Amino acid sequence: MPVSKELLDEVALSEEEYQLIVERLGREPNHIELGLFGSLWSEHCGYKHSKPLLKMFPSQGRQVLVGPGEENAGVVDIGDGLCLVMKMESHNHPSAVEPYQGAATGVGGIVRDIFTMGARPIALLNSLRFGPLSQARNRYLFSGVVGGIAGYGNCLGIPDVAGEIFFDESYSENPLVNAMGVGIAHKERLVKARASGPGNLLMLVGADTGRDGLHGASGLASRTFEAGKELRSAVQVGNPFLEKLLLEACLELAQSDWVVALQDLGAAGLASASVESAARGGCGIDLDVLKVPRREQGMTPYEVMLSESQERMLVVVRRGYEEKVKALFQRWDLRSDVIGQVTDDGLARVREGERMVAEVPVGLLTDPPLYRPKARKPAWLRRVQALDLKDMPDLSPQEGNDVLLRLLASPNIASKHWVYRQYDHQVQDNTVVTPGEDAAILRIKGTGKGIALTADGNGRYCYLDPYQGGSIAVAEAARNLVCAGAQPLALTDCLNFGNPEKKDVYYQLKECIRGMARACRALKVPVLSGNVSLYNETRGQAIYPTPVVGMVGLLEDVTKHCTSAFKGEGDLVFLLGGAEIEPEAALAGSEYLELRSGRVCGRPQIDLQLEKRVQRCCLEAIRSGIIRSAHDCSDGGLAVALAESAIAGGLGFWGGRWWGQGQRNDVALFGEGQSRIVVSTSPEDAPRLRALAGAEQVPLQELGRVQGQHFIIEGLIDLPLAQLARAWWGGLEEALKSDH
Amino acid sequence: MKFGIIVFPGTWSDMDCHHALGIVLGQRVDYIWHKDTDLSGYDCVILPGGFSYGDYLRAGAIARFSPVMASVQRFAQEGKLVLGICNGFQILCEAGLLPGALLPNNHLQYRCQWTYLRVENNALPFTSGVEKGRVLKIPISHYDGNYYADEATLAELEAEGRVVFRYCTPEGEATEEANPNGALHNIAGIVNKGGNVLGMMPHPERACEELLGSTDGNLLFLSIINSM
Amino acid sequence: MYLAKVYVTPRPTVNDPQGLTIKGGLEMLGFENVKSVRFGKYLEIRIDHRDRAQAEQQVREMCRQLLANPVIEDFRFDLEEIEP
Repeated sequence: MPVSKELLDEVALSEEEYQLIVERLGREPNHIELGLFGSLWSEHCGYKHSKPLLKMFPSQGRQVLVGPGEENAGVVDIGDGLCLVMKMESHNHPSAVEPYQGAATGVGGIVRDIFTMGARPIALLNSLRFGPLSQARNRYLFSGVVGGIAGYGNCLGIPDVAGEIFFDESYSENPLVNAMGVGIAHKERLVKARASGPGNLLMLVGADTGRDGLHGASGLASRTFEAGKELRSAVQVGNPFLEKLLLEACLELAQSDWVVALQDLGAAGLASASVESAARGGCGIDLDVLKVPRREQGMTPYEVMLSESQERMLVVVRRGYEEKVKALFQRWDLRSDVIGQVTDDGLARVREGERMVAEVPVGLLTDPPLYRPKARKPAWLRRVQALDLKDMPDLSPQEGNDVLLRLLASPNIASKHWVYRQYDHQVQDNTVVTPGEDAAILRIKGTGKGIALTADGNGRYCYLDPYQGGSIAVAEAARNLVCAGAQPLALTDCLNFGNPEKKDVYYQLKECIRGMARACRALKVPVLSGNVSLYNETRGQAIYPTPVVGMVGLLEDVTKHCTSAFKGEGDLVFLLGGAEIEPEAALAGSEYLELRSGRVCGRPQIDLQLEKRVQRCCLEAIRSGIIRSAHDCSDGGLAVALAESAIAGGLGFWGGRWWGQGQRNDVALFGEGQSRIVVSTSPEDAPRLRALAGAEQVPLQELGRVQGQHFIIEGLIDLPLAQLARAWWGGLEEALKSDH
Repeated sequence: MKFGIIVFPGTWSDMDCHHALGIVLGQRVDYIWHKDTDLSGYDCVILPGGFSYGDYLRAGAIARFSPVMASVQRFAQEGKLVLGICNGFQILCEAGLLPGALLPNNHLQYRCQWTYLRVENNALPFTSGVEKGRVLKIPISHYDGNYYADEATLAELEAEGRVVFRYCTPEGEATEEANPNGALHNIAGIVNKGGNVLGMMPHPERACEELLGSTDGNLLFLSIINSM
Repeated sequence: MYLAKVYVTPRPTVNDPQGLTIKGGLEMLGFENVKSVRFGKYLEIRIDHRDRAQAEQQVREMCRQLLANPVIEDFRFDLEEIEP
């Protein structure tokens, strides 16, 4: 077949890749076969640029039952015969085109990844990034995405318990929508996605197939993307009601012995679902596109194989049990059809009735070429890392109140309740700590245990120093769990970057992963699963490198959890941890710096050995009941963390001037140095806290006490608590009203 | 005492109700599939929350035609207890077992949050164990919770003491600020003329354990149990 | 064969937040003379019937039983004959 540049562009393959296909296949592929290669060799399915780098992540650990890449999601043991299934995935590009449906189908996809394994989804999390809300387009994207997550997730009865939202110019036009799902299953009832047993049947269940989202995997996810009308044809529309039925039916099916494997249809639809499950099982498949029920007329085999119609599952059924399976789905008003069978010859065969339309070895389709482009440290990095505070006057005592209020009201720091009150976060009767805390806590029914969940990432830090930024993302996620009283168990990630074929971007990707891997090792948190979203660029401008970490932790006794809220008048407030760092490093990439000077610069840093000790000390203090509140000190620095604890508890704070003469006020109040936790304790327990910190070699500094209804830091800040609370609670809603 | 929990396609509070009644309160509870029609042996049936049939067309509009609903009608006529929670309330209104309708929230957003409810009538099997005027802390989670009825119906409901719960402040004031969805007269729950069919938007099954933030939901369930 | 075009609208006395929001949106775009917006639903139903009167009767029943909620909604419909 003569192949044109246009055709290769359509399937997103390079000429070199085409030659490789011809060489390995020993002939020219036909149009359908080329489509299969294009999809399965896309970055989304084949991880061409990221696979060699992802190997750096540690994925071992006693608690790991299923590691990265083995199945649709990772699995971690939580004892009592139970395990958690977790995964995070991006839906950035579809959300940029049509925010409501893009985000909704993102939720649908991640939920299918969880119940595909026979696990009941028990929690959803989201990590979202948008451009500033001062622009109408960003407000549209933001409210559309939130609406889509609510519209889809609420209908399913899965609580949406935690997440994060960040606004920065870097994400204008290219918002990030990362969704994470967590499910629970009995270890012995996990279902694999490995087709096996020649003669077993392939059944397609759920929605009819239409022309939705053709080239989603290859087109949207691996080419530089500009939001535009021409991509509207690729928009998929979700049907959460159908998904709910699929979820319940598949979980019922997972309890039977009729099913060999379950695989959801996501990117690259039937092509990727059938080929990947065959590859995992080391077998072949033979299917007939005429047996696939369709919503539209005149669809070609190519379109049927690559359609990304939502809410569909591929079920491998033991031969002889197909009628039983059909009846089970029927009860849920779901259609199911046998579309083919498992074979033993390792070939992926696609027929259209009598006619064979594609015949390719499964092994070739799932073995894309891997690229290790040259990484080059960007020339601009040194420039943005340079920060000289001599140019910037310190915060004067008169400005303290105003700056604190402005920080608390800034959309990046203000309460996100405008968002999470639109998500059902309590259904399933497990939610012990609701959104808005460092981490959400769910109890595990039938045990005394609990799990803590968080999603974290900071694109600014990674932009300024990808290696340190990557480490900080992991450390901060773990610290959030520790503040809730949980031992970090495992993580899943979503790596959002620009075009990896550019040396600068590849450097960011590589260094971020290296930094994350280092922190994973230091804190002993293995990586279970993940997703890579590359080519996040608009008009040649890449987003900040943004790895997002979703982490789960375990509480052996869920009643021994901790929250950020101050608990009692007269309690003493301490800062646990904190390294002695240069003022420039403390303000690097900080919200304060952005607010004061409009600059994102400096070089953040983290000492992972100190981090480890701080986390161990905090966890021990919570478990032994020494401290009554714990709050991670992050965006906005110490003054913001203290204010948040005060607002959450409805109790004021008095603090002395705890930093030395000659040290900058702004660094002390708003610096964002790592490895710091604000804790409070009763005066009687304070000596025990001092002893514990001493034994763990963790710095501990008394800041003040919980007191009254004012928030006071001697000489710099004196505000009524109610005023702080108003700024923090209303900040996001105010920003949404802005009309420029 | 035996409870039946009806499961429609798209229901999701079924398991929460089962947990609250079966595990927390140790009652006998069964699930009843919406295509089943036999309600013999039950003392109280619950229509739980969720998105039956995706809430497509209108919340509850399609579920009311499920085979089980004819049995629920008879069950109610016999004077047995029917409790509709959230989507269950919407279905009961669509089915004509309760007057009025639930419109989209006036702010057009879904709301999941704790609310405070003032008990307006405790002469009912659902509330007999609660003092009149007591404020309960029970959460809501809905998009269509904005109670509407014409003026004549509202006047009748009020006159007959059939408004059972009203959204209020933690102190018990039924103010506009305490109203999370625009419901007329701050109505959160009503009862039929016979006093045996209760519909409410808030979720008592989410407020049965201290660990989850409130045990006020138990007051309702225990009233039902003790009324038998 | 008939095609029924069914319009379901909120009854005049019923609050219509979606309509009000859309009205606000139109005003923001400069359509200041918009006096009111009522938000409803539109359905197309194809019915295999030879007799117009019977088709009409059926559509009316559909509206009464399911498509509209008489507590809050009114309905009307047009019926046109189409090729099978």
